[in-house]
Amino acid sequence: MLRCLLTNLETYAKRKISFTMTAATTSAPSTVEHEFPPPKVLLYPSSTAPQLITQGAEGRLYKTTYLFPSIPCALKYRPPKPYRHPTLDARLTRARILAEARVLVKCRRDGVPVPAVYCVDEGAGWLMMEWVEGVPVRMGINEWLGERVRDGEEVEEEEGREQKGALVDLMRRIGDAVGRLHKTGVVHGDLTTSNMMLRPTRESSGERGGGRDKVLEGDIVLIDFGLATQSTSEEDRAVDLYVLERAFGSTHPRAESLFDEVLNGYRAAFKQAGQVLKKLEDVRMRGRKRSMLG
Amino acid sequence: MTLEKLHLEHVPDDYRVYVGLFKGVTNAGHLQSQLVARNADYEYAFIDASSVLSRLQLIGAVYKALSVLLDGTIKTPNVHSEIVCSLSPSNNISEAYRRWGITATTKDIIIVKVLFPTETRAELPSAEDVWQHITENVHGAAVPFSDDELSQCTDWPKVRKYYKLNGAPALDGKGEEEKIREMSLLALGAMALRGI
Repeated sequence: MLRCLLTNLETYAKRKISFTMTAATTSAPSTVEHEFPPPKVLLYPSSTAPQLITQGAEGRLYKTTYLFPSIPCALKYRPPKPYRHPTLDARLTRARILAEARVLVKCRRDGVPVPAVYCVDEGAGWLMMEWVEGVPVRMGINEWLGERVRDGEEVEEEEGREQKGALVDLMRRIGDAVGRLHKTGVVHGDLTTSNMMLRPTRESSGERGGGRDKVLEGDIVLIDFGLATQSTSEEDRAVDLYVLERAFGSTHPRAESLFDEVLNGYRAAFKQAGQVLKKLEDVRMRGRKRSMLG
Repeated sequence: MTLEKLHLEHVPDDYRVYVGLFKGVTNAGHLQSQLVARNADYEYAFIDASSVLSRLQLIGAVYKALSVLLDGTIKTPNVHSEIVCSLSPSNNISEAYRRWGITATTKDIIIVKVLFPTETRAELPSAEDVWQHITENVHGAAVPFSDDELSQCTDWPKVRKYYKLNGAPALDGKGEEEKIREMSLLALGAMALRGI
């Protein structure tokens, strides 16, 4: 009970802090880097210096190398939080790193496209995983939509639909990845087009499409499982889809009409999709939070 | 000399890692007895090559052992026993020795030697010294520590069982080489979590 309360309090505090931290990062990234030292593991020599990729409220992501200069890897580090009691801090960090690693390992075994886990030090608060090449889906879609505009602003709707082939295909692949994730008993917790990568396929730069459609090619890889949980509840799954739908609405309003294609892909990959989609209707009516009072 | 020196990322330069593969070893029983007797001259990681999938997996275990050594959180007597335990997807040390360590009947052995300066040993033995000691004491044929040589030693059903890879959907419809790579990645994940 006490533990639960503490966690709640901590989550609350974290939300408030995250706000101020985001503001700080955008204004002066260099000082932030200086303020928070990297984990000890990154202080040992490596062929290329670790590179800070992003910094969120919860953790930081570095690009570095695993074993050899030829194997790039992502290192996710959750630094100690000075505003938290040290014992509680250590326990939460450990639990979160392990939860994320467990989910990734489970997904990987079940064939869900996620990065492989290389090494974990839950005590020190870091997780080393496979580096995923390519760009976030968000970037791919925006690039594609952007080029369409430049090509000739007012594309006729009829013609437009035909040309959307590559985007429709991408949406289905997204649905397929999410369907496989849910099938394995995991919900992502933060499904957005920024948390999906488009990894160039091995035989890449194929003949297919070419030109503009190229930016939508590649395998979908789901990333950032920091908020993921193991759950098989329809409610949780529907919320996952809802969050993704809303993310589409806000980041790619012009692609929103194609969200049904994501759901088609989802249906094809996941047998129990029917019940989840029914639930999704409810969630749409009331929003993400089940217990919205007042 | 078929002893390979590994330069690992995120490991201090004065730590030296050597690895070799010996096939058809005839005196594994003797080597094991020296380990059990804690004979300091036999401070090596002797690993049953039939329980190992690939270079990547083995070197991953070496790195993991080195990282806990550097961190000061080592859980077994030394870095060499830690390497053997790092290969296990569970926390059970005696099971790890049984599965990845050597027994009197082990034929193919991977040998890893880690050297680092300590207060009592500032001057490290050279690679030649290490190699000489190994070849004098391990009776078998030294071969390059390559994925090709290694895959001939691997007991696939056994390894699949150890890492719970049977029926893993991730391995469906993959070519042979791709499958070994994916199995190695799944094994690395299991080793990283070691059941916790």
